[in-house]
Amino acid sequence: MIGNILKKFDEKFLKTEPRTGDLYAVSALFDTPDQIIHAAEEVSDAGYKKFDVLTPYPIHGMDGAMGLKDTRIGWVAMLGGISGVSLAFLMIWWMVGVNYTNVFGGKPFFNLPPSIPIMFELTVLIASLTLVGALIVIFNKLPLNANPLMDTAFMKSVTSDKFGIYIEAKDTKFNRDEVRALFEKLGSAEVSDIHYPEYDLGKTKNPLLDMKFMGNVAGVAVVTALITYFALNVLIFLPPFSWMHYQPRVNAQTESKFFKDGFSMRKPVEGTVARGFIPYEFKGMPDSLITITPNPVPVTQKVLELGKKRYDTYCSPCHGNYGKGDSRLRGQFPAPPTLHSQKVMNWKDANIYHVITNGQNVMPSYEKSISRDDRWAIIHYVRVLQRSANAPDSDFETK
Amino acid sequence: MSFDATYTRELPLVDGKSSFKELDDVIAKPTETKPTLKWWIAIGISSTALLIGATCLGLTFWYGVGLWGNNQPVGWAFDIINFVFWIGIGHAGTLISAILFLFRQKWRTGIARFAEAMTIFAVMTAGIFPLIHTGRPWLDGYLLPYPNQHNLWVNFTSPLLWDVFAVSTYFTVSFVFWYIGLIPDFAILRDRTKSGIKKAAYTIFSLGWRGSNRHWQHYERVYLILAGLSTPLVLSVHTIVSFDFAVSVIPGWHTTIFPPYFVAGAIFSGFGMVSTVLIIVRKVFDMEHIITVNTLEKMNKILLATGTMVGYAYSMEFFIAWYSGNPIEQFTFINRAFGPYAWAYWIMFSCNVFFPQLFWFKKIRRNIPITFVLVLLVNVGMWFERYVIIVTSLTRDYLPSSWGMYFPTMYDFGILLGSFGLFFTLTLLFAKTLPVVSISEIKAVTEGAQPTHLDRKEEEQIDYRTVF
Repeated sequence: MIGNILKKFDEKFLKTEPRTGDLYAVSALFDTPDQIIHAAEEVSDAGYKKFDVLTPYPIHGMDGAMGLKDTRIGWVAMLGGISGVSLAFLMIWWMVGVNYTNVFGGKPFFNLPPSIPIMFELTVLIASLTLVGALIVIFNKLPLNANPLMDTAFMKSVTSDKFGIYIEAKDTKFNRDEVRALFEKLGSAEVSDIHYPEYDLGKTKNPLLDMKFMGNVAGVAVVTALITYFALNVLIFLPPFSWMHYQPRVNAQTESKFFKDGFSMRKPVEGTVARGFIPYEFKGMPDSLITITPNPVPVTQKVLELGKKRYDTYCSPCHGNYGKGDSRLRGQFPAPPTLHSQKVMNWKDANIYHVITNGQNVMPSYEKSISRDDRWAIIHYVRVLQRSANAPDSDFETK
Repeated sequence: MSFDATYTRELPLVDGKSSFKELDDVIAKPTETKPTLKWWIAIGISSTALLIGATCLGLTFWYGVGLWGNNQPVGWAFDIINFVFWIGIGHAGTLISAILFLFRQKWRTGIARFAEAMTIFAVMTAGIFPLIHTGRPWLDGYLLPYPNQHNLWVNFTSPLLWDVFAVSTYFTVSFVFWYIGLIPDFAILRDRTKSGIKKAAYTIFSLGWRGSNRHWQHYERVYLILAGLSTPLVLSVHTIVSFDFAVSVIPGWHTTIFPPYFVAGAIFSGFGMVSTVLIIVRKVFDMEHIITVNTLEKMNKILLATGTMVGYAYSMEFFIAWYSGNPIEQFTFINRAFGPYAWAYWIMFSCNVFFPQLFWFKKIRRNIPITFVLVLLVNVGMWFERYVIIVTSLTRDYLPSSWGMYFPTMYDFGILLGSFGLFFTLTLLFAKTLPVVSISEIKAVTEGAQPTHLDRKEEEQIDYRTVF
């Protein structure tokens, strides 16, 4: 099974195409570095332009011998480095100084000294990647496996232990016999012609439209899509990747299987007194039994405003905005009597407090919903309403 | 002024006169032959260790980091110790390939490829630890500043974020540097191989490299610039790792000596690990004439130098603790040497400072078995250095009421074992599938590999013996 697959690979990739095409170049092999340097100098001096020297490792002095100009790839690194440092600066400045400002340790939003390490790292990163990308793609024009030199005996020697030179047939001065004679004069051990290979493309005119090729592309696309979907939408939500959706805690207002009564929220222990909620000592007693105590809250502008707010929220739906018993509920609930009656006017504050806290007839207790001090503030506001409804003439006198 | 240049002649980098063909054969041999029994035993052991680590890690993911020994006050423990340990080991490769390249130290040629590969594997191993240290590693994407629906960016003032950038940049640049060096070797293998599937792979990775001098011209310049860029990079990475500690206010961490001290320690531990692995590899793959005793001796000299620097840092910490007059700082260092973790401190001190001093003797530097024992001790000592720094400082800080002890669990040890398993599995796979020595570079430094330029005119020739 595996042997068969390997055999198929061997057939496909070790196969060499017949070299019956046009002449690409004439090549020569040399044995020593001195010989190749000399050969490169001679070929360059003879005026050939489209020639190249192939060596297993870089040879000192070869650039000069071939008459090559100094490489300018260093400028790419410079450009990449400058872009890296500016991009990093702009990124950090925009993210923490403009887009979402946050205080860290009382420092300015954008703080230069702690940004320098990241600016440095990104300078190196972007400079290196640009440099290597430019080397491969722009300067050396790789990847390129379709070069006619590939898979020739010449190529196999120069990557191992020989030093090769070739002159392309495209060179304006190229003449096959002259070039061969030149190489032989220079003492080459082996001079050979390199022809273009002939590829057997079969019946397909455009290899991109080949059914097998298109089917493979579609298959790869589907498999990639499925794997991506599985990874991003299924895999990362499987346990133990819980994303904190499932936690061993109780959510408010939910059923509990742990407690017998089925409620997840617990009632306080009997007799618990919450802070600021001292129980009313005349709870459930008739009006006549209470001890009259004065209103503990002083009358100030602030208290009256608070009283109005609380009165409007809790009392006005039934008692009306001015306490006249004109319910705002339009008969959906029985309207209470007016608060401007003689009985209420004569009540002490403690009596009204008793009614708010305990409730009366159909009026429920407001002990749980209005805090103690707020209740006393409401009473001050009710007194204001009573005074304004029955204002004596003296109130209208101007000073 | 002139003197007899033969007196200071460099020792030959490659023993004997090997032809280029023989070099190809020796270096490419592991990639072309069936694995030996020795290799199978080695990878059996390392992958078992890797499996144990993976199991412990899987259990950690399932049950949470409560399985580890981390506690209050020791919130950073084996996870961060292992991170700093492995990232330190990763520093030798770039030092050898970049800094020694800039200093024209040609003896680096035989070991550079291997050291670079070890850098990459060590950084990969190190990178796992901060990721699992977060507790929910599947949320680690938030470490990167990407536009997200919460409209939140990362905290650019935190050294922990600098680490993210430093380590990922270091990995990327080291990987690219390594790959660029491999391209000519892939071309050599492509033209040698007799197997179709290997031919396909080498053809893809060699990018159609032809050894053209028009390519070599740019290639050599890029190699030089990358070396220049990597040199400050390698120094910055462990500096930033040391900032994780030095920027905090824990006594024993909050010191300005940390960046140079960490960098020296990183190079020390990295060379220790490179030596350990190379001594085995040159034996297993019969490369004693390429990775020579001369090379190992030079590495031992660097170990001696960096080990002494580390020893200086240990002593200077004590001196500054006394000189600063800060009682908490003084307590921390007395506690390190004589407190409950004194055993760890003295393991560290003896392995890193005392034993490497034996390298002053030439006989010991050139003795392979003794070197092997000493570099193993360096590895142990450098792991304990991080243990001492992290655990002793955290167990006893300012408030005696919040002191505690640290006890690792079997899962901590399992993951530590697994990290060695991962590193050695990758190293063994590398040694079997790729040329462990840069073939094109080693060819260039053999005798007679460079032209003599004897045909040049007399006045153009520079007699280097008379320049000095």
